[in-house]
Amino acid sequence: MIPAAFDYKRAGSAEEAIALIGQHGDEAKFLAGGHSLIPLMKLRLAQPTVLVDIGRVKDLSYVKDAGNHIAIGALTRHMDVEKSPVLKQHVPLLAHAASHVGDAQVRHRGTIGGSIAHADPASDLPATTLALGATYVVQGPNGKREIAAKDFYRGFLESALAPDEMLVEIKVPKMNGAGWSFQKFNRRAQDWAIVGVAAWRNNGTSGVALVNMGSTPVLAAAVSAALSSGASVADAANRAADDAEPQSDLNASVEYRTHLAKVLVRRALEEASK
Amino acid sequence: MSITQERTTNVIGQRMLRREDPALLTGEAKFVNDLVIPGALHLAVLRSPYAHARIKSIDVSDAASMPGVVAVYTGKDLHSTWAAPMPCAWPVTPDMKNPAHYPLAVDKACYVGDGVAAVLATSEAASRDALDAIDVVYEPLAAVIDLEDALTDRTIIHESIGTNKSYTWNLKVESAEGAVDKAFKTAAFTVSERYVQQRLIPMAMEPRAVAAVPQPFGGDVTLYSATQVPHILKVMTAITLGIPEHQMRVVAPSVGGGFGSKLDVYAEELLCVALARKHGAPVRWVEERSENTQATIHGRGQIQNIELAADKDGKLTAVRVRLIGDMGAYLQLVTPGVPLLGAFLYGGVYDLPQAYDFSCTSVFTTMTPTDAYRGAGRPEATYAIEVAMDALARTMGIDPYELRKRNYIKKEQFYDAAGNPVGYTAFHGLNYDSGDHLAAAEKAMQHADYTGLRKKQKTQNVPGARKRLGIGMTSYFEMCGLAPSRVLASLNYGAGGWESATVRVLPTSKVQVVTGTSPHGQGHETSWAMIAAEKLGVAPEDVDVLHSDTAIAPLGLDTYGSRSLAVGGVAIAGACDKVIDKARLIAAHQLECAAEDLEFAKGVFSVKGSPDKAVPIAAIAFAAFTAHNLPDGVEPNLEAQYTHDPKNFSWPFGTHICVVEVDTETGKVDVLKYVAVDDCGNQINPLIVEGQVHGGVVQGMAQALYEEAVYDQDGNLKTSNLAEYLVPAACDVPPITTDFTVTPSTTNQLGVKGIGEAGTIGAASAVMNAVIDALSGLGITSLDMPASPNNVWKALQSVQGGKQ
Amino acid sequence: MKVSITINGTVQSHDVEPRTLLVHYIREHAHLTGTNIGCDTSSCGACTVHLDGEAVKSCTILAAQADGGSVTTIEGLSKNGEMHPMQKAFMENHGLQCGYCTPGMVMAAIGLLNENPKPTDEEVRLGLEGNLCRCTGYHNIVKSVLAAAKK
Repeated sequence: MIPAAFDYKRAGSAEEAIALIGQHGDEAKFLAGGHSLIPLMKLRLAQPTVLVDIGRVKDLSYVKDAGNHIAIGALTRHMDVEKSPVLKQHVPLLAHAASHVGDAQVRHRGTIGGSIAHADPASDLPATTLALGATYVVQGPNGKREIAAKDFYRGFLESALAPDEMLVEIKVPKMNGAGWSFQKFNRRAQDWAIVGVAAWRNNGTSGVALVNMGSTPVLAAAVSAALSSGASVADAANRAADDAEPQSDLNASVEYRTHLAKVLVRRALEEASK
Repeated sequence: MSITQERTTNVIGQRMLRREDPALLTGEAKFVNDLVIPGALHLAVLRSPYAHARIKSIDVSDAASMPGVVAVYTGKDLHSTWAAPMPCAWPVTPDMKNPAHYPLAVDKACYVGDGVAAVLATSEAASRDALDAIDVVYEPLAAVIDLEDALTDRTIIHESIGTNKSYTWNLKVESAEGAVDKAFKTAAFTVSERYVQQRLIPMAMEPRAVAAVPQPFGGDVTLYSATQVPHILKVMTAITLGIPEHQMRVVAPSVGGGFGSKLDVYAEELLCVALARKHGAPVRWVEERSENTQATIHGRGQIQNIELAADKDGKLTAVRVRLIGDMGAYLQLVTPGVPLLGAFLYGGVYDLPQAYDFSCTSVFTTMTPTDAYRGAGRPEATYAIEVAMDALARTMGIDPYELRKRNYIKKEQFYDAAGNPVGYTAFHGLNYDSGDHLAAAEKAMQHADYTGLRKKQKTQNVPGARKRLGIGMTSYFEMCGLAPSRVLASLNYGAGGWESATVRVLPTSKVQVVTGTSPHGQGHETSWAMIAAEKLGVAPEDVDVLHSDTAIAPLGLDTYGSRSLAVGGVAIAGACDKVIDKARLIAAHQLECAAEDLEFAKGVFSVKGSPDKAVPIAAIAFAAFTAHNLPDGVEPNLEAQYTHDPKNFSWPFGTHICVVEVDTETGKVDVLKYVAVDDCGNQINPLIVEGQVHGGVVQGMAQALYEEAVYDQDGNLKTSNLAEYLVPAACDVPPITTDFTVTPSTTNQLGVKGIGEAGTIGAASAVMNAVIDALSGLGITSLDMPASPNNVWKALQSVQGGKQ
Repeated sequence: MKVSITINGTVQSHDVEPRTLLVHYIREHAHLTGTNIGCDTSSCGACTVHLDGEAVKSCTILAAQADGGSVTTIEGLSKNGEMHPMQKAFMENHGLQCGYCTPGMVMAAIGLLNENPKPTDEEVRLGLEGNLCRCTGYHNIVKSVLAAAKK
């Protein structure tokens, strides 16, 4: 319950935060909302020696209409993603998925950037932004670069972020009226998904990503490929686990996860096709 | 003794709001960890990461030199501190094996979480930090987590006893030698079922917390603990530490739930007291949740084999039960007795002849010790008989309610030929005080619209249906109100089952009730005040209830086993009677009449036939206080102590019905409706009764659908926190429909029975019967708890070969 | 490090270790013990308080993160000796038993009504997904929140 001791540094800007992380090296961590990191620290599963608090970098909390995409500041809280009129209009799948993260208290503090940077395959927003073909803007000592969501997730809790890089913005293409569905299957509402599906369909194109079906969020490319080649929803859904490497855990065996993915993808596509 | 009291003030039976609430709702209430104790040192316990390991060496030197650390102790260091091992109060058989168990392990750790060293520091953070610096060298040994494997003695956990078997306890009742075997041979129908009662973690929302405050020069120690049992704890602490009992005081301040898990004597309580005395300073400890899941007892943990024999009409002719009980690594306070509490309930609410054969063998494993968890033995028993009854109904091809109706003990069987309520003497010799099972069941059926549901089920559960409807019922008896002391003696329990009350009318006519019960959410302050107000004819607001401090309420046996009202509440009524008897003598003296000529109603003594000649109890209280003019031989003050030893258990009963929908694609179970019709006799406060049922039902439902303490092969608890152990939240459970029938108990003057465990006793089987009912059309006739989506899906796979 | 937080209208400044959680700051430095700790995984919600007007789990926020912020705890709800309507509703509907989850549950429930003043039964249940209670089975908690919403 009591984290191991650490030094606390508060950054006023992204530049300052990156400089601080650079100074303190591998043992330092960014702290945004803290709702991924602090629980691990309380159980002493994470013991960073320096925390760089970026929670007060106010200019990183925004949702902006940027023409063909929506730009979301990394420090935008789940609750603000959920309630954003801009997102509800242009990327309703993401706004809806954000309403399923954790519980109300968690959504008041947790941020979309923190969730994505933590790269937890069981989290809702990494997979959802992956399905939507988002691009992540990251900033390091030498400036900004963009990483496509599909290239971002490298392994369990591992991403393409360099240790001294910070996620600053998420660019999500507008959905342009696409049908969509978010399926979160769990035993208790507050928990991570046993399997989750974020999906959209629009005039022959589609995006489907899976939550908790491998060591990273999984883009179900085989499903989209099947759909574009004219397969039925049911047949396409049968390809749901083709790109996944699910693990077994307390709530699901590998076989059950695989089965669930197919069922939930089918249900998602049915809903998205309405 | 009349069954139902004449209502003099009509306090009893009202939905009175709880007086406990304002303090709890505003943060004013103080739980142990809220107490400000200047100079307190903080205890932290290093726990074994191995399920079974020899402790080769412990190096505490680094930890001892850390900032804020006052001392570090190993089990060896403290061994001479203990006057006796930790207590087990229930040696169920003369040959029961009970290996010595000390607050810190000495040579061997026997479960993950077993304490191996203790740190004292000036802050909680410093005490926790130091744990990481203690260097223990272990020699890991094989874990024993499977009960049947444990029985092979392949790996012996406690070398001192040479076996993993603790005891075998039998209860065989036959009208004639061989009656059980004969019944099975001649039965028209038999079923043989195996059920696994998974381990559960009680998970009271307040983890345990302890603070021991010594008075080194005064010689006394006060132990504050989040306990259900301050009185038992006081005696046991005194014995275990060799402290004269009169120098121990135990206080249970606000306690945040217990469900049996705080009915125990724990290592940390003993460590805090021992170290507080050693250091001459207060010592406190607070449990973290991940620690609670390992260091506080678990519940359930049984493998049940049950066989039913029935005649051609489905009338039960014999029941045979074989249990294996999982004791965990050690015997805690009442660990071995838990299966016995169920032994009397495997005949359910049915008119079973004397053909009953029960045997329980209990084994040690390398897991957290088990002990009483809400219902303790009785939910397990009810589950077995009620799920087996559904199996029997399926075997016979008849409706499960019809089968139960053919077997219920009938209302008239609780009366003798002359119509006197004599109770029903069951096959095992215990007397069920009162009951009307059919009435409760009928009421439940109406609430659920059972007939309508069965019709709907026929149209819904067609081949290929994605969602299948299931209806499950359970009719239960709860043996509670623990307990008649003589019955406990026959079961070898180490204490009695009485409860004490003192009622005191103060000079200004305000009333103090002192009770030996120790509430932790049940609303005793409200209900006990209602009982005294009713009896004495005063306003409930004028009654204060004192409890949970052995200096204020020195006599008591505490709160567990749905005993508080049926034993402790009745004791209060008895003490009130004694107060009234004494007041009557003073009133007669004042009114110059014979005591027999007085009647007492609404707080006033009046001469029969001359209502103007009257004196209120308030005036008598003042007269008793001044003592200026008391009759000869009457002591001053208006106070009486009464100890109630119940002459029987109380036997609440009822029928619960659960309606579920099972998604055959995902295996997910949705509870659509839950109806509970319970009968706990007369109700003191229906508001509180309903609350007890709601909470109990959800705990039972949680066993059926969500909860399980899962261990891996190495004996690691995989569900060690609230993110992994699935206590359901509001959105994971349905609203509960509650209703009641009222069949007063005939064995106590209030006509009351317990209700704290009833919901839990009924719910798990009702839910599982519903789930199996939904799936039986597909060929699934058994399913282990919890009916998680994965488990249900696996069962569906096994009967459909993967084809939906 | 120095941390200043306005708690129930009073500025509290204390020198604390950086690892101090908000809940420990409230309980041990501000000596307001109504806020309880029920788990160590941010699951149970017993520690729920309002930070700058929103329900949060005070076990999952560093005191340093709340520096300069405004916190309301269960002790800050009653005004002039009168309980808050939500507290009254819990009492009137027997929405608590042992009372340990109650402060967090009440704070979460007030937060829920702030965001959704007229919720359905189902919305109340979902809105309280982050708070666990072991006593009530939630039935009367839901009833309490719905009753408070009607006031």
